Amino acid sequence: MTQALDEIKIGGLGASRKRVEDDRFIRGKGNYTDDITLPGMLHMEILRSPLAHARIKSIDASKAWDIPGVHLVLTGDMMATRNLAWMPTLSYDTQAVLATDKVRFQGQEVACVIADDPYIAKDACEAIDVDYEPLPVIVNPTQAVADGAPVIRDDKENQAGNVIYHWEVGDAAGTDRAFEQADVISRLQLHYPRSHPSPIECCGSIADFNRATSKLTVYMTTQAPHIIRAAVALVAELPEQMIRIISPDIGGGFGNKVPVYPGYVCSILASILLERPVKWIEDKTGNLISTGFARDVYLDGEMALRRDGKILGVRMGCDADHGAFFSDAQPSKFKLGLIHSAFAAYDIPVAHLMARGIYTNKAPGGVAYRCSFRVTEAMFFQERMVQAAADDLGMDQAEFRRMNFVKDEDFPHRTPLGFLTDSGQYAKCLDVGLKAVGYEDFRKRQEEARARGRLLGLGISTMTEPLGAGNSREYDILGIKMFDSAELKVHMTGKAIVRTGARGQGQGHETTWAQIVAHELGIPAEDIVVEEGDTDTAPFGMGTYASRSTPVAGAAVAMVSRKIRAKARKLAAHLLEVSEEDVEWELGRFYVRSAPDRGVTIQECAMAAYSNMPDGMEPGLENTAYYDPPNLTWPFAVYIVTVEVDPATGVWDVLTTVAVDDCGIRINPMIVEGQIMGGLTEAYAMANMQFITFDAEGNCIGSNYMDYLLPTAWETPGFELHSEVVTPCPHHPIGAKGIGECAAVGGPAAFVNAVIDALTGTGVRNIDMPLLPDRVWEAITYRRDVSGAPPVRSDD
Amino acid sequence: MTVVYEDLGDEAEGAAVPVRRIRFSINGKKMIAEVEPRLLLSHLIRRGIGLTGTHMGCDTTNCGACTVLVKGPGEAGGGRPVKSCTMLAVQVDGREITTVEGLAMKGAGEAGGGLHPLQEGFKEEHGLQCGFCTPGMMMAAKALLDENPDPTEEDVRWALSGNLCRCTGYQNIVKSVLWAAAKLRAESAG
Amino acid sequence: MYPSRFRYEAPRSLDEAIGLLHNGGDYAKVLAGGQSLVPLMKLRFASPDLIVDINNVPGLDYHRADPDGTLHVGALCRHADLERSELLKGSQPTMAAAAPLIADPIVRNRGTLVGSLCHADPQGDWASVVMALGGSIVASGPGGRRAIPIADFVTGPFQNVLEPDEIAVEAVIPAAKGVRAGGYLKLERRVGDFATVGVAVAVETSGVTVTRAGIALTGVGGSTIDARAAADALVGGPLTAESIGRAADLAAEAARPRSDHRGSAEYKRHMVRTFVTRILDRVEPAERKAA
Repeated sequence: MTQALDEIKIGGLGASRKRVEDDRFIRGKGNYTDDITLPGMLHMEILRSPLAHARIKSIDASKAWDIPGVHLVLTGDMMATRNLAWMPTLSYDTQAVLATDKVRFQGQEVACVIADDPYIAKDACEAIDVDYEPLPVIVNPTQAVADGAPVIRDDKENQAGNVIYHWEVGDAAGTDRAFEQADVISRLQLHYPRSHPSPIECCGSIADFNRATSKLTVYMTTQAPHIIRAAVALVAELPEQMIRIISPDIGGGFGNKVPVYPGYVCSILASILLERPVKWIEDKTGNLISTGFARDVYLDGEMALRRDGKILGVRMGCDADHGAFFSDAQPSKFKLGLIHSAFAAYDIPVAHLMARGIYTNKAPGGVAYRCSFRVTEAMFFQERMVQAAADDLGMDQAEFRRMNFVKDEDFPHRTPLGFLTDSGQYAKCLDVGLKAVGYEDFRKRQEEARARGRLLGLGISTMTEPLGAGNSREYDILGIKMFDSAELKVHMTGKAIVRTGARGQGQGHETTWAQIVAHELGIPAEDIVVEEGDTDTAPFGMGTYASRSTPVAGAAVAMVSRKIRAKARKLAAHLLEVSEEDVEWELGRFYVRSAPDRGVTIQECAMAAYSNMPDGMEPGLENTAYYDPPNLTWPFAVYIVTVEVDPATGVWDVLTTVAVDDCGIRINPMIVEGQIMGGLTEAYAMANMQFITFDAEGNCIGSNYMDYLLPTAWETPGFELHSEVVTPCPHHPIGAKGIGECAAVGGPAAFVNAVIDALTGTGVRNIDMPLLPDRVWEAITYRRDVSGAPPVRSDD
Repeated sequence: MTVVYEDLGDEAEGAAVPVRRIRFSINGKKMIAEVEPRLLLSHLIRRGIGLTGTHMGCDTTNCGACTVLVKGPGEAGGGRPVKSCTMLAVQVDGREITTVEGLAMKGAGEAGGGLHPLQEGFKEEHGLQCGFCTPGMMMAAKALLDENPDPTEEDVRWALSGNLCRCTGYQNIVKSVLWAAAKLRAESAG
Repeated sequence: MYPSRFRYEAPRSLDEAIGLLHNGGDYAKVLAGGQSLVPLMKLRFASPDLIVDINNVPGLDYHRADPDGTLHVGALCRHADLERSELLKGSQPTMAAAAPLIADPIVRNRGTLVGSLCHADPQGDWASVVMALGGSIVASGPGGRRAIPIADFVTGPFQNVLEPDEIAVEAVIPAAKGVRAGGYLKLERRVGDFATVGVAVAVETSGVTVTRAGIALTGVGGSTIDARAAADALVGGPLTAESIGRAADLAAEAARPRSDHRGSAEYKRHMVRTFVTRILDRVEPAERKAA
């Protein structure tokens, strides 16, 4: 007669436990960086360049210094004397902290003022006179590589021209042979426009250098506090043990809060010089115009096809626009992130990918915006190419995908570009999606509607993506391996605290990590506190982005719980006076195999760890685990969207959005669904309205919320989510995979494919995102593709 | 209350910035403040009074994270939602402000944890993730429910179309508001 | 995000407000809703020396109709008041169509119609509506009151004819002689966006005959465009597919759109044509309504 606890009741795996975080947020008692005030705190504002490319002839800050309440004005030359005018980026490039010789993008940091309050700091910024000599501006890769183009990074010694890197993956010769065998070659050129993660909360820091103790504490909007500590130690040359980075509540990250920004560095230096806390909170313009943008990659893609629909090979050529500094936060071996994960769900014998990184006069980056390092680009390019190929062959979109999927029995499967996918039920997922959307019926209605001049469309996007970077053989950032960690302390009354090296920004770690411990140890989740974000107390980890936390930190939580349980088993044996081999475990309790009624709870074991240990055992019930994942995890999804397009205006409305997500075991189904819906909204936003573009002078369009469009509750469609398909991850301790970003990765193509599908018969094969009404109208009216981001046209 | 500041010399005395004295109430509490005219209402709330539940997310009056309720003299009801970043603090002279901190209806020890049904609803229906837009959403939703106790999903989406969220996709926010509406209706019926 | 310094006054009467403006110096601005002015000040695109806040002046927050139907909208009547107005829903279809489309619901609680007209943003929605209805602004200054037809009110982007010591106290929409019909359509990419294109159409019919018409365009020129020829083409006969088509073409011709990241000039002209057609297609003549 089992006395195991009910896993759902105690808040274990699969429980849609209400969130612990909510209690403070719904009361307005969150603790975001700008909510924090320290005694004597000063405020910092940044002066930014209005020009995209210009030599700095002089900077006169004398009037700024004279304004009452101003304590310090920092300029590039002052930073230079302290070797801080430039800093290393996470991609082995350098980035200007404050401009010295030139400004290289509109919005670049030129000076900063520290004053009693931010109003005065802003007044002082306005009083700084900068004399610029404009230089020719480069706003796209074509201009950057043209003959005679000015060299943007003339600060770098061996930089001839504006190309950053060439990177190649796969088998060029084999792919060429495959193309020679092809019956049909399907080609598509795409631009994934520049976008920005744009969490509602902007970036900021409060640097507090204590001269008496020599300790530097920095409160910072960072998704990766330990990486920041390491960076500060290297850049500011302060001893690492005297640096404490605290990441308080974060109002959304999405990758924007991973890089090291000049504002952080300036606030730290200012605090050291002034020996007072210095707070820097950027405004939305600063955030959009200068911090980690995303995407901005061009694709020239080809698929070699056999007449019956089999994909024989894939060729991809990518140009990545990195702006003025290559400051991507990504695993160092992969110059363009995991873009070579494209086509991982399809059984393709051979492929070749070439990527080129390019400098332009734009903000530096790009970051992994709600994706696992460029997987958004990979899967978007993939599903757009798949759509075009099926159309070119005259095949049904679903059947073309199905026949090329990796089959369930073919795992593990090595992709031609070097990944090992380990699990999936792609066909089943597709079936669930097609049934949910009523595929056959829709195709009938679509034809009938077209006969009456109404344009209905259906778009499919299917993909598997690599989440959980990553194993130490292949993954590192600046040489630091991408493991993660969890420390678990079980107190004598059986309550616990777990700390990890992750740093959530709304994903619900305080709720879900406790659920993993509850699952492993039978301690009710409500008895477990979760903390993240303070480098003095949290075990070392690489932070939360790229959906890596459940795969890596979550695994560490499971592993440390198992270490605790192993010790608890010994304590149980001691308490039960039997040998360890005679002890069995059920949720919350150890019992004697031959006498199941004789048992001890995990709480009793905990007490024993402090008061009744067997001889020779170390007291206490605390441990730490560091997890080096053996592989990435591979969630899979099918997104199907139906739309109606108004040919008179180009406006399109979403009729249905169906999402079938297989992310393995779901720790908290409610939270998983929340992540999917958030991702779908970003997918819709990218497909429909989000973009950053530049005019010929390098002026940024999209540097505030009037131009950088985010959908409201009014435009955003509703979503139908499915969870029937569950393929546990074979190597993850609890069978879970990442999920936070899947819908943002796979979603955009579903929306775009739907609109293109609605335009069947017009000959339109592509409209680059965003599919704003005027672009859709242009495609329909002129029966032509619309390429590139919205140009800032003028009539002259 | 003692105010101490740096003595920048006699010259600076003359350059002292004129402030204006305002009287207002916030979450039922009457207060006096002396503020520069250019101080934004959101900064008065966050820095002057120290209520940091009202957040600031943009600089073009779009995001709505700073939404609070302002009730003018002689106005009926609980106040209208206003983006506090686009109002000057001096403009609340003689007015009543309600922020997220003033949403809870009962004392902390009472049943329901002293929460407004909207706060309960957001937790029940997973209407928040990072929490940054949440106070603004709830204040806008409160104004909706004050005016329309039985809104449709469309009514809710319309009323919240001045508040941006990046995390949730809005679907659960709508469910949260409808949950709260149902509870408020049940409470007033019973 | 932080405005520069300014002096601030909060008068309690119109006369006091006018007096403050009269003595206020070079650069004084009236603050009503503040939903256009304060954002500009935060970005330091506007740095007035003096702000005269009229929100404490009583008796300006009305909107009401005279017995003959003339509509008066006071300086402190908020967009939200107009959005909820049963009066507008019953008798002012063009205005009722536009009110929900101004900015977003929270901004509508503060912003005012009169303030929006004074702000004279070429992409302001109300200006097209008032233009199509042949409305006027009533200004009050030291010398008394005067009515300024809307067509004469705006002199350029963000510029109006008010004297530095005049305050706009109300907008007036003249009474209709026939049955009002019309609407406002706005192409916005999301709620709160400025119009890519906005079209206001206001017609009056007597029986099936159109007796008065106004068509005005938002966002397709340096200022609001009065598509007079298009409107005139409707007057004197019934609304037919042909007359509607003609008006739509003329309206598109009157537009002077620029190509930009919101779309090509050609697209915007096309949208003008489309919107004029759609609004007029929905109009039912009085005779048909009565039957």
